[in-house]
Amino acid sequence: MSLSLLAAEGSGAGAALGPFWLTVALPLVGFAVNGLLALFKPQAKGLVSLVGPGVVLAAFGVAVLAFLRLQAPGAEPFGEVTLWHWMLAGDLHLDLAFRLDRLSAVLLLVVTGVGGLIHLFSIGYMKEDPGYARYFAYLNLFVAFMLILVLGASMPVLFIGWEGVGLCSYLLIGFWFDVEANANAGKKAFLMNRIGDFGFLVAMFIAWHAFGTLDFMEINELAPTRLEAGGGIVTAITLFMFLGCMGKSAQIPLYTWLPDAMAGPTPVSALIHAATMVTAGVYLVARSNVLFAMAPLTSTVVAGIGALTALFAATIGLRQNDIKKVLAYSTVSQLGYMFLAVGSGAYAAGIFHLVTHAFFKALLFLGSGSVIHAMHHAYHATHRHEDAQDMRNMGGLGRWMPWTRTLMWIATLAIAGIPFFAGFFSKDEILAAAFMRGHDARVYYVFYGFAAAAALVTAIYMARLMAMTFHGPNRTGEAEQGHLHEAPWIMTGPLAVLGVLSVVGSAINLPAFLGQHGWLEGWLEPVLEGARAFVTVEHPHGATEWILIGAAVAFGAVGLFLGYTRTMASSIVPARDAAESKGIARLLEKRYFVDEIYDAVLVRPIQWFSRVVLWKVVDQALVDGIAVRGSARLLEGFGWLGSRLQTGQVGLYLLLFVAGAVWVLGFMLGV
Amino acid sequence: MQAFLQSIGYQHWILNVLLLLPMAGVVLVLVAPERWARWLTLIVATAEFILALGLWWAFDSSTGGMQFTTSVPWLPEFGINYSIGLDGLSLFMILLATAMMPLLVWGSWFAIDTKLRGYYALLLALKTGMIGVFVSMDLFLFYCFWELLLIPMYFLIGTWGSANRLYAATKFVVYTFAGSVMMLVAIIAMVVLVGKGTGEYSFAYTHLVQNRDLLAPWAPYLFTAFALAFAVKVPIFPLHTWLPDAHVEAPTAGSVDLAVILLKMGTYGFLRFAIPFFPAFALSAPVAAVFVTLAVSGIIYAALVSMVQPDLKKLIAYSSVSHLGFVMLGIWGGTVESVQGAIMVMIAHGLSTGALFFLVGMLYERRHTRLLADYGGVARVAPLLGTAFVISAFASIGLPGLSGFVGEFLILLGSFGRYPIATGIATIVVVFAAAYLLRAVQQVFFNPLVSEENKAIHDATPRELAVLVPLIAAMVWMGLYPQPILRRTEAAARRYVETVTPYLTPGVRPPVTTAVGDQP
Repeated sequence: MSLSLLAAEGSGAGAALGPFWLTVALPLVGFAVNGLLALFKPQAKGLVSLVGPGVVLAAFGVAVLAFLRLQAPGAEPFGEVTLWHWMLAGDLHLDLAFRLDRLSAVLLLVVTGVGGLIHLFSIGYMKEDPGYARYFAYLNLFVAFMLILVLGASMPVLFIGWEGVGLCSYLLIGFWFDVEANANAGKKAFLMNRIGDFGFLVAMFIAWHAFGTLDFMEINELAPTRLEAGGGIVTAITLFMFLGCMGKSAQIPLYTWLPDAMAGPTPVSALIHAATMVTAGVYLVARSNVLFAMAPLTSTVVAGIGALTALFAATIGLRQNDIKKVLAYSTVSQLGYMFLAVGSGAYAAGIFHLVTHAFFKALLFLGSGSVIHAMHHAYHATHRHEDAQDMRNMGGLGRWMPWTRTLMWIATLAIAGIPFFAGFFSKDEILAAAFMRGHDARVYYVFYGFAAAAALVTAIYMARLMAMTFHGPNRTGEAEQGHLHEAPWIMTGPLAVLGVLSVVGSAINLPAFLGQHGWLEGWLEPVLEGARAFVTVEHPHGATEWILIGAAVAFGAVGLFLGYTRTMASSIVPARDAAESKGIARLLEKRYFVDEIYDAVLVRPIQWFSRVVLWKVVDQALVDGIAVRGSARLLEGFGWLGSRLQTGQVGLYLLLFVAGAVWVLGFMLGV
Repeated sequence: MQAFLQSIGYQHWILNVLLLLPMAGVVLVLVAPERWARWLTLIVATAEFILALGLWWAFDSSTGGMQFTTSVPWLPEFGINYSIGLDGLSLFMILLATAMMPLLVWGSWFAIDTKLRGYYALLLALKTGMIGVFVSMDLFLFYCFWELLLIPMYFLIGTWGSANRLYAATKFVVYTFAGSVMMLVAIIAMVVLVGKGTGEYSFAYTHLVQNRDLLAPWAPYLFTAFALAFAVKVPIFPLHTWLPDAHVEAPTAGSVDLAVILLKMGTYGFLRFAIPFFPAFALSAPVAAVFVTLAVSGIIYAALVSMVQPDLKKLIAYSSVSHLGFVMLGIWGGTVESVQGAIMVMIAHGLSTGALFFLVGMLYERRHTRLLADYGGVARVAPLLGTAFVISAFASIGLPGLSGFVGEFLILLGSFGRYPIATGIATIVVVFAAAYLLRAVQQVFFNPLVSEENKAIHDATPRELAVLVPLIAAMVWMGLYPQPILRRTEAAARRYVETVTPYLTPGVRPPVTTAVGDQP
């Protein structure tokens, strides 16, 4: 194998940024070690605790070093490492190459940083699980694939990571695979993602025939000269690509796998199904920004789907009782915001929200993990079989878990868009961008309306979640209350770090009115400037700016107030005593019955068609029954021959064969 | 390594030895005591593989022509020669066939306990037939090997198969024999036609290909005869129904051989014979339309039918039909990318489906059932088997980084310019492929572990790991670094594409923009 990493590192622009490929290699080593331990020595939990989080933290260190070099004055704009030739066939020249530029550097830091914290948290959370080593093996593998996704220099290399994270997601959703529902949820996630992957693949095929290359940087450079802006080809490429994003990032109509994905361990939900993997679609759009900017139709579709998903998923979040399901729909909704941003041409705003969301949503999920951990222990101690994730069984938990409560409140204020918390600036930028785009395309005003309404709903469901979980009377049970406790420091520690980030995270991109010029926007400028020839997003000024901000803050504040007071005023009964809800509440609780509709309209008809029409009728009745058996009957004599042969007379067959050969030769001689 | 191989004259004798060694093995097994049969076969098979491995280094990847050739008159009065050789199309089929053999013997060590002598003799005879098919450069010789394969396979299924074995074996023979009789007639007709035109009656492949213009008036009939024989073997929808039955009834070794090698004989036949002999007809718009349509229908159809199979072995058998449909699409795609992809899928399908059939065999030996419904939660008690199954399944699904992706990607990418709609439809199968295999994974290895029989399943033994680990290593290697294989198949693929391009409807080609990188 012509694998010469050091030589590759020493050549080209990659040298200046250090061995950033180590960020992929380290978690892979972790996967190998933990994977072997899982198969052959699963009780070695000490070693696993060291290796699992260790490799990711080390990768974070490498990422920080690479970032520092990248931002040093006079540094190269990007670094590249070619590991080896992957596929050279015909005109296709595909290397296994990684590229670190300013966009991927941001993601690199988020994935390894937040990922490292979640690995640490997992030490506490998964401590008693017999599959401890297997868990960390999968989690390490996930980080490796996520970094391949982020660093991939071309679409197919990104696709390795893209599918790889899907694999890890599948394995981790079904981590407790001997419960059928978990195994189903994992399978569903993978299949829905594959619908998207079909789109991504077709996008690659079209792109290759249009450009002769699949390298992102080359495509972004070639697109303006090769393709006509707004033309059919660029629209087709981006639409198919966005189909891939819908699957990976859980947008309408491919979002129903994400709530089910909550069947996995909660830290997995935090890492994969909130902070990193599900944002890959947003990243892909930002990565291909020139293409999307050249396709206004696709961009409008992206923004529209994003805005619609933001509102639609948020309303479902209003009526979920499972604490993780609320957060899952919240994630779907927040991803919708990110797509609204990139669909409006505000690529930097989309990435900004991706980062802040990674902080506060990881915090919310890990916080819910602490809660579930405590609830589970309490029910375990008293041998009661109640749902440890149902908020109707919680209430007043703040008394026992003050740290978790405080930290989750910080995240709640952040997601609700309360000024100076992380989510405020990023969400505000998205709303402003959508509004400003309305000047030249009026439909964006509608998108703005959706997103603003979603902001209100978001604040309501989050306040409801906090109130039901941490405030009011406790509904867990008398006996259980003695067993409720705050999580150990290995779990609260990462929470505290994320809490700090949820407050100060927005510092990376403060708006102009605070005397800043948006560091992140400037930082990403070299990567995104190609798109500005086709789409520009004005920043609002003067009165418009203040009205937009005021409206956003008002929605958040009113929503929190409404959500909190209405929840506290309502009488909540534990899950087992609760009555069926009716009307709209029931519609929301049952998630608009979308799963049932998919099942009835798509899944079952396809299965029925395959089983009855294709297999029983076409295969067995038509081809086998009529064609094959019919012709076999014509060859009755041959059947007789067959029956003679079954008796084991090889000689007879050979005799016939020789006779046939002689016949052939005779035929030849006669010619 | 190359110098050493040259010094021992490797290129002159290797193919002859590869053909003869298994036959010598047959004789040995038949005369030696029955209890030696397993070990003798294993030794012969291992020796065969080690010898064949030299091809990897000795092969000259810069040429698309035949290498390692031997040609001596056999029946000169009829223009029949013992003429053999290989190129990039056949190299990996030989390597795959010889590599599988020791694994087959190891993998079903205790699976067969009756009539050992006959069983192992037939396995060895099968090997000669397989290698012969891929190295024959004389059509009479090719036909002999082609038919020779039928006999051992028939008996392997008919004697050591499961309950419904006679039905399956007969169906197998009826189907394939019906196809190949037509081919024999066509071969003879070709020799006559070319002989009349040139004055030289010869079964030599090169002679016939060079004078293919003389065949043109008869091409529709001759091509149809060849195509029928090969289409049954591939199998192309709707000629596939023998395959699920043959797979289900065959013993593990038979299933693996069937999937890894025998199916590839059909696609190989198209690449080597049917299309190069009659390119103008085979690639004319209507004929190409028929084959592309059948290929894509087969890809989708077999995946859908696979999705609803209650029997694990049938499920995998149908998945083979789907995979081979991709190969057909790549062959008609007619670009270097798509043809290289077709060869890659032929190899990758051998690895992943081979491994899956081994695993089904291992499960069957423990639990004596192939029904998905009888299993559940097996990963709890057999994590090694579970891991191997999951990796093989994902390789088959086409997860990038594993073996299946490279070929599928190249086929679809390469065919898209000529058949965008058909290729787009074929791409949808990425969803269904995941659906049928993940269903199998879940029903066998996940879900609650309840039944006592399943709790008693023991994990992979060292012997079984010795079979599975090399296969899995090959899947990972081929997925991450397929370049050594692509390099060795490129010249032959290019040669095929140069043959067919003048006859194909032109498709969109990507613009040449990037500087072509340094070849490794």
